[in-house]
Amino acid sequence: MNTAITIVLDGLVFSSYLFIVSVGLTIIFGVMKILNVTHGSFYAWGAYTAAFLIGLAANAGWPDWAGFAIIFLSAILVGLVLGLVLERGILQFMYHRDEVLIVLATFGSFLVLEDVILLVFGVNPYFAFQPMVLLGSVQLGGIARDTYGLTLIGLAVVLALACWLVLTKTRWGKLLSAVIFDREVSVAMGLNVTRVYIVTFTLGAMFGALGGAYIAPTVSVAPGFGIDVIVLSFAVVVIGGMGSVPGAMVGALAVGLVRALAVHKFPQFELFVIYAVMATVLVFRPEGLFAPVKARKI
Amino acid sequence: MLRDRTVQGLTVALVVLLVASFFVPSWIVNQMLFASARAIAVIGLMVLWRTRLVSFGHALYFGLGAYTVAMVSRYTPVTDAFLLLGAAAALATLLGFLIGFIIRRYRDIFFAMLNLAFSMILYGILVKTEALGSTDGFTIAAPTFFGMAFEDAQEGKVALLCVLLVVGWAVAVGVQMYLQSTLGRLTTAIRDNEIRVEYLGYSVERAIHIKYVLSALLAGIGGGFMALALGQVDPDSMVNWTASGELVFVTILSGPGSVAAPFIGSFVFEILRTYAFEWMPHAWQMIVGGTLLVIIFFMPGGMWALVTRLAGQRAAGGAPGMER
Repeated sequence: MNTAITIVLDGLVFSSYLFIVSVGLTIIFGVMKILNVTHGSFYAWGAYTAAFLIGLAANAGWPDWAGFAIIFLSAILVGLVLGLVLERGILQFMYHRDEVLIVLATFGSFLVLEDVILLVFGVNPYFAFQPMVLLGSVQLGGIARDTYGLTLIGLAVVLALACWLVLTKTRWGKLLSAVIFDREVSVAMGLNVTRVYIVTFTLGAMFGALGGAYIAPTVSVAPGFGIDVIVLSFAVVVIGGMGSVPGAMVGALAVGLVRALAVHKFPQFELFVIYAVMATVLVFRPEGLFAPVKARKI
Repeated sequence: MLRDRTVQGLTVALVVLLVASFFVPSWIVNQMLFASARAIAVIGLMVLWRTRLVSFGHALYFGLGAYTVAMVSRYTPVTDAFLLLGAAAALATLLGFLIGFIIRRYRDIFFAMLNLAFSMILYGILVKTEALGSTDGFTIAAPTFFGMAFEDAQEGKVALLCVLLVVGWAVAVGVQMYLQSTLGRLTTAIRDNEIRVEYLGYSVERAIHIKYVLSALLAGIGGGFMALALGQVDPDSMVNWTASGELVFVTILSGPGSVAAPFIGSFVFEILRTYAFEWMPHAWQMIVGGTLLVIIFFMPGGMWALVTRLAGQRAAGGAPGMER
């Protein structure tokens, strides 16, 4: 029984983490049709910025709870700067070109940003444990769990609700749906698609950075931090259906729970199962489980 | 159409390189080994790229080839380079053939993603399995050539390079002949318009399947040679998605203009890597990424376009660039 609780809890925590890191990716894909490899850079930059600033704040004697404010501020800052630089500097010139070429361009940008991290932050790992220590741990299912990890679940739920509200209840969400559905007609109707793209990309970048910033206190932030996240979030987004927010949620839950089960029962299959699920979904439902409905055009 | 001199050019290059391999210093022998091994795999990706298919998972076949060589030489008494490479080629072809049935229905990003998923499955297995060397991989004993063993490691390397150059030549000539055939000419036709190709009475899926198996075979051979050249295998540099990315990068760097391009592109890649690591260890990826962006924006023909421009002639047969 305790094992079951542990597996489910581990799975939920990991799923929440996956949802937070992949929701930005899926939004960008849905609106702009860009499979964004730079998402790993947003993640890594978010983590580095947060860890660096939390360390500064701790040295300056700020209270530990300031770390939470720093996490969100870092995410917004990184998303704003990197999102705008990439969209205006590179991607805006690529929209008329092949989707696959855009993937390669984001791959190139990712590689460049990886090394800029090394130049800015150096090669030594950063630790920003203050927010995690602050929250302590709780006893659940017979073992002590750090409370900070559990707050990931809360953050994921809040993010999911926010996305759902914005997409379905606001004017902005409706504009987004229009662009997702048919870009050309949206332009013809007088919708400023350029602005929609800029805002979407920046928002997606902020979500990616938030994933990194929020996870930073639980790990050592070291070079190569963003590499694994890219394929992991690709897997989540592909399973759920590229461009769908509920899909990302389902994908995250599927991957998170399956991985938790594997970690506890068959540790040698930990990585295997994630990509096996991804391949299976692609083989039987290439558009993913919850792909947004495509308009039939003649 | 211009007279195609690719085969003559390749043959001259082979003879020059074979002679040179006995005289050049050992570090260049190493560079040539790595470059040619990678080039063989890149030729396969180039064939796919001409149809506008990009695989973010060909490290699957590259790694499978490398690990086949490593496993066979470790767990069986076989040490002959030709047998080891034959096993690598056979396994990669078989897997490519089987996966091809699924993958031939996919295009664009889905093609890239499904390949990525399959390659990450192999990566996941290798990393978590002790018997396969886990994250560290393992070393491979020096191979023999038709029963000949070389006491001197350097002589062994030169022998391997000679074999590799001959195989590379054969691959390049073979692929050139394939591209000149009707089946090969479908490559660009499919890129331009699949429906028209179907109306002409050809099966697009079958043509893509054949390309895919060819690319798997070449990646397997390339990986096998890479394992022998390095004397070791490990999952992170050979099977992880970053290894697939490296192969794609060299493909784009080389350009789709000629079967000779991958050899030039791979050699530039190896030299770039060696010197970048020496001078600016923290800027290696930046150079690669920056180069990729520059090529995408300004040099859709890759290195090959540069070569032909320097030589003052147009690429034979109206070689396809990146954009229509």
